[in-house]
Amino acid sequence: MNWLKPSWQAVLAIVLCLIAVALGPIAAPKVDALAQPAGTLIYPYVATTGLIFGVLLLAALISMARIPSIVEAVVLFIGAHLVAWLLIGGITGFEGLARTPFFLLLTAAWLLGWRCVAVLSSLRPFAKWARTALRLIIPAIFGAWILIIWEAVTRGAGIPFILLPPPSAIGARIAGSLPVLGADVRQTIFKAVIFGYVVGSGAGFITAVLADRVPFLRRGLLPIGNMVSALPIIGVAPIMVMWFGFDWQSKAAVVIIMTFFPMLVNTVAGLAASGHMERDLMRTYASGYWQTLLKLRLPAAAPFIFNALKINSTLALIGAIVAEFFGTPVVGMGFRISTEVGRMNIDMVWAEIAVAALAGSVFYGVVALVERAVTFWHPSVRGG
Amino acid sequence: MDTFRDKLIPVTSILLGVVVLWYVFAVILNTPFQRDLDRRANETSTFSELIGKTLSQPKPTLPAPHQVAVNFFENTFLRPITSNRSLVYNAWVTLSSTLLGFAFGTALGIIIAVGIVHVATLDRSLMPWIIASQTIPILAVAPMIIVVLGAIGISGLIPKAMISTYLSFFPVTVGMVKGLRSPEIMHLDLMHTYNASRSQTFWRLRVPASVPFLFTSMKVAVAASLVGAIVGELPTGAVAGIGAKLLAGAYYSQSIDIWSALVAGSVVAALLVMVVGIAGRIVDRAMGGRPA
Repeated sequence: MNWLKPSWQAVLAIVLCLIAVALGPIAAPKVDALAQPAGTLIYPYVATTGLIFGVLLLAALISMARIPSIVEAVVLFIGAHLVAWLLIGGITGFEGLARTPFFLLLTAAWLLGWRCVAVLSSLRPFAKWARTALRLIIPAIFGAWILIIWEAVTRGAGIPFILLPPPSAIGARIAGSLPVLGADVRQTIFKAVIFGYVVGSGAGFITAVLADRVPFLRRGLLPIGNMVSALPIIGVAPIMVMWFGFDWQSKAAVVIIMTFFPMLVNTVAGLAASGHMERDLMRTYASGYWQTLLKLRLPAAAPFIFNALKINSTLALIGAIVAEFFGTPVVGMGFRISTEVGRMNIDMVWAEIAVAALAGSVFYGVVALVERAVTFWHPSVRGG
Repeated sequence: MDTFRDKLIPVTSILLGVVVLWYVFAVILNTPFQRDLDRRANETSTFSELIGKTLSQPKPTLPAPHQVAVNFFENTFLRPITSNRSLVYNAWVTLSSTLLGFAFGTALGIIIAVGIVHVATLDRSLMPWIIASQTIPILAVAPMIIVVLGAIGISGLIPKAMISTYLSFFPVTVGMVKGLRSPEIMHLDLMHTYNASRSQTFWRLRVPASVPFLFTSMKVAVAASLVGAIVGELPTGAVAGIGAKLLAGAYYSQSIDIWSALVAGSVVAALLVMVVGIAGRIVDRAMGGRPA
């Protein structure tokens, strides 16, 4: 048994595969009444049933042999995704007719995918590029499987489109309504979010530097700032809409208020982060307040400031979108979401959410990249 | 005496400053509308009359603090609790979904954190997505969750609680992962020398070490959970709850109502954070923690 190294995922996958064989066809046949009144049965998976079982069993068996990890991972990767692709491709036209074997096979393919990720995460390559690639590939496979399972289950079980559209339909909707989505992004993100984010974070930063200069102000503002960051500030949205009208200015105002306090609290904490030794050193250099601030204390505060900028990047998006629920011109992401929900165009809502998620991730990613460039000296950046 | 001088005086004076500024802005912001009213009524008010009027409009642009205070007091203490205008009733509606969502979120967060700490595959594949999940403005998804779940017959508490769950699991997960990994190598090695099993190491070392982290992140989570519950009430069409109160106020321009609902939300948030903090201190003391 020296050449065998069983894993529970592969064994379970084989067992599920065998049960699926015993249970019979993958999906129920469809009576194509339109083509022939006599009622011809159209069977799904006519050509691919053998292929699906073959690929699944082969991949599971090969993965248990004592072969190099990287080969095992590649075999599992190809096997799992080929089976998933065949399963999803075969269900086209037979939505909602899937039987138990369909879901068993899907689970088996998913187990192989899991095994693939497990093998990949046990790899410890020496080359730096390979480690970076692994760090990206592992979550990517995980994310891909969420989409695969979502697609296969919604179509296999025939979940109503209104409840949960499959990802492919959402993708098609995104591709089909790019101009509308673009206009919404311009209104919500490029007008309200960016302006509010810059002004709110800037105001918080300046207030923090002022508060740092005046100890009395700091002692008073810090507890209040901490307190306020626990409050549901989003509730000021209706007031801002009342004051500044329906256009983007009111959304920017909400964003300013939401981003102000995290920045204030974090910057004040960051300005206190430089040690006594360093400050004493600056004093021996006879540096003034501003020199100490610019050359020592602000760089030392940078990790805290970037932490606030990261928190604010998500808060700003949330603030702008929620503020649009309270009144907006006929464009904007929050407006689109609330009206399309009312019209039951759920795929459009999901498209908008996908765009918002993408925008949020890009926003966060840009801040994180700038942070790496600015705080290159910090242990958390050097170590990784 | 030190806390009095170092904390109380600065905080109160800044709060006083805020109130004074509030009054000034209330006068400034309400003046144009008041002048308009006066012109239509063919009245000319003196300066002091004008100020008095700006501070007692029924639907002011910015209500004065005392108007909000009076409205808050009336709606909290003078109305029967069962009335749907009572702030206590609305706060209770919001609070119940907040607590349910918070309980689910904390449980989910702890389970995910335990999985991430113990299963290497989960650590490498799930953690990036958990961080990415928070860049999705989930509050934007709230109306859809509520409408869709309403379409299949689930309404009331559960959809709102789900939004709270989504918002509150993240801080707990991140905090607990940090907490469960906080025991030093020395301590883990000591458990090895005792021949402790994985579950023994978990229960006797990792869990106690993670408790302070748990309560810190629960404070953040409970505040997030309240925000989720409030936003979750917006698309239900203003039935009950603090969010509904905000929406109704926005529709009918009842600015004083909006402000007093905001105050009620803030009071609930402060109470929740305080309760979690006190619970944390009690647990800490029961576990034999010494004040640092």
